[in-house]
Amino acid sequence: MLHIYCPYCGEHREESEFRPKGQAHILRPKDPDNCSDEVWADYLFFRDNPRGLHHEMWLHATGCRKYFNVTRDTVSYEILETYKMGEQPKITAQSRAAGGEK
Amino acid sequence: MSNVAVFDQNAGAGVLAESPLSHVSGRKGGSSPGVILREKAFMGYLTLRGNAADAAFCEGVEQVLGMPLPTAPMALHQNTQKGSSILWISPDEWLILLPGGTEYETELALRAELSGHFAVVNVSGGLTLLTVTGPDARHLLHKSTGYDVHPRNFPVGKGVTTTFAKATAIIRRPSETTWELVVRRSFADYCYRWLVDASREFGLDAEI
Repeated sequence: MLHIYCPYCGEHREESEFRPKGQAHILRPKDPDNCSDEVWADYLFFRDNPRGLHHEMWLHATGCRKYFNVTRDTVSYEILETYKMGEQPKITAQSRAAGGEK
Repeated sequence: MSNVAVFDQNAGAGVLAESPLSHVSGRKGGSSPGVILREKAFMGYLTLRGNAADAAFCEGVEQVLGMPLPTAPMALHQNTQKGSSILWISPDEWLILLPGGTEYETELALRAELSGHFAVVNVSGGLTLLTVTGPDARHLLHKSTGYDVHPRNFPVGKGVTTTFAKATAIIRRPSETTWELVVRRSFADYCYRWLVDASREFGLDAEI
């Protein structure tokens, strides 16, 4: 059972209150009418499936019903940070490689 | 002022209303029941949405309800004079509980007072409230929800939306000895039967 910190409720809650919602920080192409099929297909269908650090969206389904972002290690299941929508992660592959926060 | 079409959903005393637990027979608890369960049927419930950072919105709500809008997570504010309360549900959503029959006038008052981007929805028909008291009330909740209901984590004046017996419920603590469960109408029967089963070891007095 994961213990997940909801940045909106300001508390750790049990995993059963949450739903995973896939990869975070997916940007819609600014001009869909004039982007290539490859770019559009990539936006619609193709998702990263990394081994290790992954930024995901989660939904606090039976709590405040807000989406938020989670940085999670897909190998150890360790949740490294959670942050609100619209914010950027503090822990990234680069910051880990640079020996900053793990 | 908004010009949304609204109507009084309360049919009044002339029409028979049935609580979602009208079909259960209740239980006699003996001389010293550990858990006392009651239903407060036919309360008024309004879902309020708006921008908590908007001072005019906060003031308008306080003006109508006579209590400040809770902006801290899971804060429960009560107006004992009016018998009403307002609970933080999410950063832009609140649940207002009112004495039954006053929800329409409160909705109209909120609509008259508020302006801009907000929503008031009467959800009275969809919810019901169960009060759990008695010396073993907290032990019963320990068995029923994953949320930590220890007083150090759950003081008076707090309410959380969480999982309750595989259903969703709002657990509120309006006073030292009282716990309240706001459950969906369609889950009321399930929650009641769960509570009957879970409180068997403590002794249950349920006058529903």
